[in-house]
Amino acid sequence: MTPASTPASSPAPAHTHEIPGSAAWSAPVRAGRTLTLTALADGANATVLIIGADRLDRLNIPDTLKSQMSARIKPGMVLMSDRGLALATVMTSSLDWHDCLTGALPDQLLLLELAKHGFGEADLHACINFFSKVSVADDPRASLTYIPDHANAGDTVTLRADQDLLIFVSTAPHALSDGPAASIALQLETPDPAEDPAPDPELCEEAIRALRLTRELIA
Amino acid sequence: MTITSTTVALDTVVEAGDGALVTVPSGGRLRIVDLHGNQAVDTLFYDAHDLENRYSAFDTIREQRAVFLTTGSRLVSTRLDELAVITDDTCGRHDTVGGACSQESNVIRYGEFTRHQHACRQTFLRYGAKAGIGQRQLTHNVNFFMNVPVTSTGGLTFEDGLSAPGKYVEITASRDLFVLISNCPQVNNPCNGWDPTPIQLLGRW
Ligand SMILES: [Zn+2]
Repeated sequence: MTPASTPASSPAPAHTHEIPGSAAWSAPVRAGRTLTLTALADGANATVLIIGADRLDRLNIPDTLKSQMSARIKPGMVLMSDRGLALATVMTSSLDWHDCLTGALPDQLLLLELAKHGFGEADLHACINFFSKVSVADDPRASLTYIPDHANAGDTVTLRADQDLLIFVSTAPHALSDGPAASIALQLETPDPAEDPAPDPELCEEAIRALRLTRELIA
Repeated sequence: MTITSTTVALDTVVEAGDGALVTVPSGGRLRIVDLHGNQAVDTLFYDAHDLENRYSAFDTIREQRAVFLTTGSRLVSTRLDELAVITDDTCGRHDTVGGACSQESNVIRYGEFTRHQHACRQTFLRYGAKAGIGQRQLTHNVNFFMNVPVTSTGGLTFEDGLSAPGKYVEITASRDLFVLISNCPQVNNPCNGWDPTPIQLLGRW
């Protein structure tokens, strides 16, 4: 007997939202979905924290940087957790430098957003400041200078969740910026199951290892 | 009350790969001596009366507008409270970007054969437990004596240390602190000169 054919499944609908400047947003993002952030004005900033669905394994910036020999976040990097797993992959971006060395001011935006999910100050791990750049001088202390208007309206970054995540976004201006807050558009999409999944970007050996382990263990 | 006496309150050697949890009162000075040179000392700072008021590597970097730590660097918390100040440093600079090694990050960086090697985060969990410091309380640490050059092109590398036998760094506590130390056991990169060695802790308060 021929089994009844199942209708081709269609992807979950995309979710779009505009976060105004100096506001915060958070959502669970299932493995495989992509989150695209778009700057809606020059000088935009999106401060991002990521926590795994187990509610303990957090984005670890030092491990992410030393595993991939980088002091900035750029396309083709895997964002790694405290426990050595891949949380998300930076699939594409119109910018090749997103700041991850200078944190965020201790305002209430991220803390309140964390609190909605039962998290608190203890979970303020290092963040990524997407769309912002703080340049490093080749001097004895590696001095830092904030670069105004690194991002222009229309710049984007797309992350793919490599396991189920909670993602937190604040649009407060970068801590070293004296410019106005800018809004950020976001789009959460599920790849069409009828199509081949987007291939991994070109990754270093360490990033490939983190992705493989994650897929074997939990994704 | 700030303590200003110079009594030697602590004088101990931490063996290679071992750790320590030290309570330093406000005003107390803790000197870490790199006895044999090129030894990374992974260190975390907590307000002894409020563990959530803990060291924040990237807030510290931003507030001083520079990546490397040395004399004069204020070590601040996520609330931007000053926890300690580096008041003496014969090494010259220290890292706070590279974090601590863990069994899990060793696997990613070096391969499965490192899965069961000893690592700093094992030491942090073991010694931190006495003060209620668990996985959720662990954060990004200081690596005293470790050389992690960060470049203007956005690159980062681990290189042989700048330190040498007898070099030391001294911090002065700005409030009562827990100082959680892992004398790094890493043998897969040059951060310990491929050969972890003991350090000395000298406390005056
Ligand atoms: Zn270590």
